[in-house]
Amino acid sequence: MSAILKTEKLRVEFKSTEFRQAVKVALHGLDLEVNAGEVFGFLGPNGAGKTTTMNVLLGFVPATSGTASLFGIDVRQPIARQRIGYLPELTYYYKFLTADELLRFYAKIFGLTRAETDRRIPELLKLVELEHAAKRPIKSYSKGMQQRVGLAQALINNPDLLVLDEPTSGLDPLGRMKVREIIQRLKNEGKTVFFSSHELGEVETVCDRVAIVHQGELKTVGSVADVSAGSVNLEQAFLKIVGVQSQPLP
Amino acid sequence: MNKIIALAGVVIKELYRRKDFYVLFVLTALLTVAAGAVNFFHDDKIVRYVKDICLLLIWVSALVIAIVTTARQIPAEREARTIFPLLAKPVSRGQVIAGKFLGCWLATGVALLVFYFFFAVITGSREHLWPWAVYFQAAWMQWVMLAIVIAMVVLGSIYFAAPSSTSTISFIVVVGILGIGSHLKVIALQQPEPMQFILTAIYFLMPHLEWFDLRDFVVYDQSLVSWSALALATGYAAVWTGIFLMLAWLGFRRKNLTT
Repeated sequence: MSAILKTEKLRVEFKSTEFRQAVKVALHGLDLEVNAGEVFGFLGPNGAGKTTTMNVLLGFVPATSGTASLFGIDVRQPIARQRIGYLPELTYYYKFLTADELLRFYAKIFGLTRAETDRRIPELLKLVELEHAAKRPIKSYSKGMQQRVGLAQALINNPDLLVLDEPTSGLDPLGRMKVREIIQRLKNEGKTVFFSSHELGEVETVCDRVAIVHQGELKTVGSVADVSAGSVNLEQAFLKIVGVQSQPLP
Repeated sequence: MNKIIALAGVVIKELYRRKDFYVLFVLTALLTVAAGAVNFFHDDKIVRYVKDICLLLIWVSALVIAIVTTARQIPAEREARTIFPLLAKPVSRGQVIAGKFLGCWLATGVALLVFYFFFAVITGSREHLWPWAVYFQAAWMQWVMLAIVIAMVVLGSIYFAAPSSTSTISFIVVVGILGIGSHLKVIALQQPEPMQFILTAIYFLMPHLEWFDLRDFVVYDQSLVSWSALALATGYAAVWTGIFLMLAWLGFRRKNLTT
């Protein structure tokens, strides 16, 4: 299998805003490979370096050293993001636009033709069940609806790689089910999904492989079965790897 | 270029959906109409005085629209975090800068067009004169001057996180240049060294926004500026706009947007 997402010795340092404070190392030489067609879960406790890794991959944060590439192209090149879809943890969209306008805007950014855009937008709005609200400003949407707009914009370019940051965070059970269905559907279509999550049960259900990072270092990577080997489930394995022993309730 | 146009389109959409923009727009239009309609005792000089006030109002309003609108573009993207889904697309930071600039400049151009149209109709109805070429030159020069201002504000908005700081500093700089820009060389000659050298250096290094002010041509003699001078001034504005946008891009391209 070919790696479509790859980091090599990726190191990220943040300068402290306080005078004479040491730099904070968010990632210590992370080596990661995600292969085409797999659903890859990126796990770790808060502050482990998951979001920093995603930020480097998406070009928000420059790496201090090491490399990161998408489809073999350095992530510093905007074209590396031509075939990806990104869903942020929270809804960060232009709230004065309607869902239809937002999707058209992103379609233009991806260079989609008018005909392709006209065909794609109704499909996506139907998929996320927002056809009825397509012409309403996003600011009038409920949180769940805004999250679904996010999902639609992440799929506007029919991406080969979907990067999801805590995709089910803050969603109700129906919303979670919808996201899981979409991930499953994308997997069946041969797409690659790279996502971070704290919902380990969910990760166990949908992921082919997982990686666990802790304190900026990759602790383990492998299939869910391999990582969970010797533990009751993925959650127990996760706690063991990050050095926390679960205590039975008194 | 399509990406830059798409980004500019969002800026324009935001502008015409914001209520504060309309308040300033309607207020200026009303004041222009009201002031332009006044004709005291059929005295031509008073009509000219009123025209002067109207043009000053157009200048102030256009500057407010340009500076306030531009100052919030990048900081608002960062604050609302809409910059993240945007930069996760195949768009460079340079294109974001260019799109924001273009959107603000086009929106300001539309506002200017409407202001000058009102001004022309009102003054024309009083004087029965329609010097369209003079009005075009005045509006064009103001618009290209605003390109420099908008590019300068884009640069400021990269370094100052709060739109209010960027707006205030930009207003001070622009009003300062417009007010004393042309006199700075004379002031410098009256100063002892090293102040003379510093002021002379500032005179030669700053963008001369005051060169674009053709209000006197509109109000008093209604003569045309030579088209070659107009082209030269446009080129001068393009160079300064390019310099500011380049500096903005240099500041923005490696900026960590998560802090």
